[in-house]
Amino acid sequence: MRRLAILVALLLLAAPALAVDPSEILKDPGLEARARTIGRELRCVVCQNQSIDDSSAEVARDMRRAVRERLVAGDSDAQVFDFMVARYGDYVLLKPPFKLGTLLLWLGAPLVLLVAGAAILLRALRRRALAPVPPLSEEERERLKTLLGR
Amino acid sequence: MIPELGHFALVLALVVALLQGTLPLVGAQRGDRRLMAFGDVAALTQALLVASAFAALTQAFVTSDFSVANVVANSHSAKPLLYKISGVWGNHEGSMLLWALILALFGAAVALFGANLPESLRARVIAVQALIGVGFLAFLLLTSNPFERLAPAPPDGNGLNPLLQDPGLAFHPPLLYLGYVGFSVTYAFAIAALLEGRVDPAWARWVRPWALAAWCFLTLGIALGSWWAYYILGWGGFWFWDPVENASLMPWLAGTALLHSAIVVEKRDSLKSWTVLLAILAFSLSLLGTFLVRSGVLTSVHAFAQDPARGLYILGFLLAVTGGGLALYAWRAPSLAPGGLFQPISREGALILNNLLLCTLAATVLLGTLYPLFLDLLTGNKVSVGPPFFNATFVPLCAPLFAALCVGPYLGWKRAELGPALRQLRLAFAVSVIAAIVAGVAIDSRSTLAAIAFGFGVWLIVGSLAEFAGRIRLGRGPVGDSLRRLRGLPRATIGMTVSHAALGVVVLGAVATAAWHLEAMQTLKPGEAMRIGAYEATLSGVENVQGPNYLAERATLVVTRDGQPFTVLHPERRLFTVQRRQIAETAIQTNLLRDLYATLGEGDRAAGWVVRLYLNPLAPWIWLGAALCALGGFISLSDRRLRVGAPTRKRTLQAAE
Amino acid sequence: MNGRRLLFLLPLLTLALMAGFFAWSLMAGRDPSAIGSALVGKPAPKLELPALREGDKPLGDALLRSGQPTIVNFFASWCTPCLAEHPLFMRLKERDGATVIGVAWKNKPEEARAWLARLGDPYRFAGADLQGRAGLDWGLSGVPETYLVDGSGIVRHHFRGPITEKDVTATILPFLKGGLGGGLGGGKP
Repeated sequence: MRRLAILVALLLLAAPALAVDPSEILKDPGLEARARTIGRELRCVVCQNQSIDDSSAEVARDMRRAVRERLVAGDSDAQVFDFMVARYGDYVLLKPPFKLGTLLLWLGAPLVLLVAGAAILLRALRRRALAPVPPLSEEERERLKTLLGR
Repeated sequence: MIPELGHFALVLALVVALLQGTLPLVGAQRGDRRLMAFGDVAALTQALLVASAFAALTQAFVTSDFSVANVVANSHSAKPLLYKISGVWGNHEGSMLLWALILALFGAAVALFGANLPESLRARVIAVQALIGVGFLAFLLLTSNPFERLAPAPPDGNGLNPLLQDPGLAFHPPLLYLGYVGFSVTYAFAIAALLEGRVDPAWARWVRPWALAAWCFLTLGIALGSWWAYYILGWGGFWFWDPVENASLMPWLAGTALLHSAIVVEKRDSLKSWTVLLAILAFSLSLLGTFLVRSGVLTSVHAFAQDPARGLYILGFLLAVTGGGLALYAWRAPSLAPGGLFQPISREGALILNNLLLCTLAATVLLGTLYPLFLDLLTGNKVSVGPPFFNATFVPLCAPLFAALCVGPYLGWKRAELGPALRQLRLAFAVSVIAAIVAGVAIDSRSTLAAIAFGFGVWLIVGSLAEFAGRIRLGRGPVGDSLRRLRGLPRATIGMTVSHAALGVVVLGAVATAAWHLEAMQTLKPGEAMRIGAYEATLSGVENVQGPNYLAERATLVVTRDGQPFTVLHPERRLFTVQRRQIAETAIQTNLLRDLYATLGEGDRAAGWVVRLYLNPLAPWIWLGAALCALGGFISLSDRRLRVGAPTRKRTLQAAE
Repeated sequence: MNGRRLLFLLPLLTLALMAGFFAWSLMAGRDPSAIGSALVGKPAPKLELPALREGDKPLGDALLRSGQPTIVNFFASWCTPCLAEHPLFMRLKERDGATVIGVAWKNKPEEARAWLARLGDPYRFAGADLQGRAGLDWGLSGVPETYLVDGSGIVRHHFRGPITEKDVTATILPFLKGGLGGGLGGGKP
């Protein structure tokens, strides 16, 4: 029993799981809901691809606390994000900002769709505009009759 | 002794693969029947050899032979047998061997079941398959030898990552690899067709069963991975847009496009270059996934140990396979004879739209996954691309896809009218809108997007079923008439309806779980209770339990519903003694309409334990739907037309040309 | 016809572009988990902390704008790599006369003091950041991390992880001599 307790206490590696602690939850459900939404969009900087809500790392806990403190202090969502970006850079945002460096990221796929779609449509329309099939000549009609065995 | 035999078998397999990859190609070029037939024999031999090597490695794991380095690194004598076996592929070297095995088995399958293929095509397909095998076998033997010995042998091993000691995850890699490698066969078909300079309906008919099989397995593999993540990661999420998840989604999207595009080639001899490109891309994206996971260019919770040297090799291999394929494509595809003409509004047009949207979805995932790498290299700026990005870009693109999905089957080939098709779907549309409104109003008025998405799910189901009902004239004549039509329907049509409707089931499950789940979290001391929805859970106690290779804290949660006893849940926190890793085991009670989900957090007797409860509506539908989707694919696969009476190329007409 | 050929070449060209990036990444030894620092080139965040050592004045921002280049080192007694870089800081203080400000991050003050007493104290000023709030302000993801702040309070360089001999000779000493201007706007990941 004691051995188990010690072993468990020796735990250093965090298992991925929702890491928000009951003690962190804000009293105001509206603010807490905002904190959770924001938390889902902030990256845990010491983890592989986890949001701060999902990580039980120390730094994630600090960031969650900071988010809630700023919300209680009256910051808007955008201000909370700016707070984090000022300290950790764009890297901390799980939704990349829309700026010059990320234009290709945001617009790349829709652009491909538009360009490809336009190209296909143009080809289809151009093909329709091609000369319509000319009617058969008399000789060709005779050949057709023989081929069809009539 | 046995590991050495396994090693030797691999070397022999490489030699056979080299021969198999060259001689049949020469034979097909020259019309030499003996050389072409050699391909069949070689394919079977190679499969046998690689299977022996795999058996040797499995034996080493099962008997806990700690003189083999791979076993030491990934196994432990106290591990249960199932995980000793799944540990064979739970590491880099072993999983590469599994790749090579499935590659060889598929090659043998082409040799055994490809009797209806013309000799030269079959020879080329088997040869290309072998060349891919050469790459993997060489990689194994040169950089990732699973049979390396350790002297002196340590007394015990390091154990398997506890996250992998799970039945779901034991089967996830084999299923996934069956999908990835299945697409190697369609790739081989594409290369063979480009080499021959001919893509025609016969080719499309031959390719289809392989594409279907690969697609079905990949669907199951991805679904299993998602389900595993759901029940092991402890908070009800099932898709995280992690790079490695994305790496499996991209070939799936390309494979789906391939399946549908091949239909157009088969029925109308059109969209050839696009179909061939998709066949090359599907496998290339599989290889890209392998590269991303094992090279270390991206961080991911899934990634194997990073090794840039390995990464360079795999990159080279990727370049050879994909680059070679695309170069051949650039050279030969422009001269493929164009096929039947059609109007924009037609089944062909709908399938082009389908292709376009699926490819754009794949491009979105690719861009999102690789962008941080590119931006970092070019500018040094670091950005993260996470779930919020994909939710904003991927999900909206699904809307036109889903909308068109139900309309497409109503459109005829070559030329069709939208009006009658839409008229037939009026009821489905109405039902979907009502469902969306009900969902929005009755369940959660805050999220209109979720309600709309829910409507799309209903649309997919009702629209597909409506089309099916129309086909068998259900309700428009005597029931016997409908039953007769049902019996006469080709299995491929039934499969299509099942898969399309199943997609709707998945959408409903995903939307409901993601948008409308309930969550409750509290610190409980023994005897205290908490509520979620209509349920009340009392923590009656937490005891310490000894497992085969772990120690666990096991909680007993007595759940009542409206005062009546309902169930008892036992969430655990397991500490694996060898690796000193802790994993939470969730406890899930499901009635197939919703999951009641409990996890145990940290705590002790004095302060109490953190208990988290979730009610996930329709969560089981995500994986039931995915399984149903794959089932539809298997139903299509069993269509007689794919096996019997497969077309031979019409020789008489060719002679006349 | 040529335009059409180009279209068919497009997939191959895209592959070449992607592969080029992959090869670059692999050969440059890029570490995908390295994230640099958002603070380099910007004014240093505030550093108002209670003093670590008894009798000292609390830390204040004025320390960072004194006209002299300063080194800010976040450490903890429970952190093993901090042990590895400690001798380098001692040498910086004794041989080079560097002004090093130490911040004990998430460290009980008495344990941090005991650690310094045992190993030697390279810090001219030292603060205690038990809660980790200063760490958050400085974009810390763990310890040790070190920042080079010039005389006017602009962060010039950032080291994540323990500093090495090479860091001292290549970056820190030139910085102390006033060498690091706006040109060196990077950070060791």
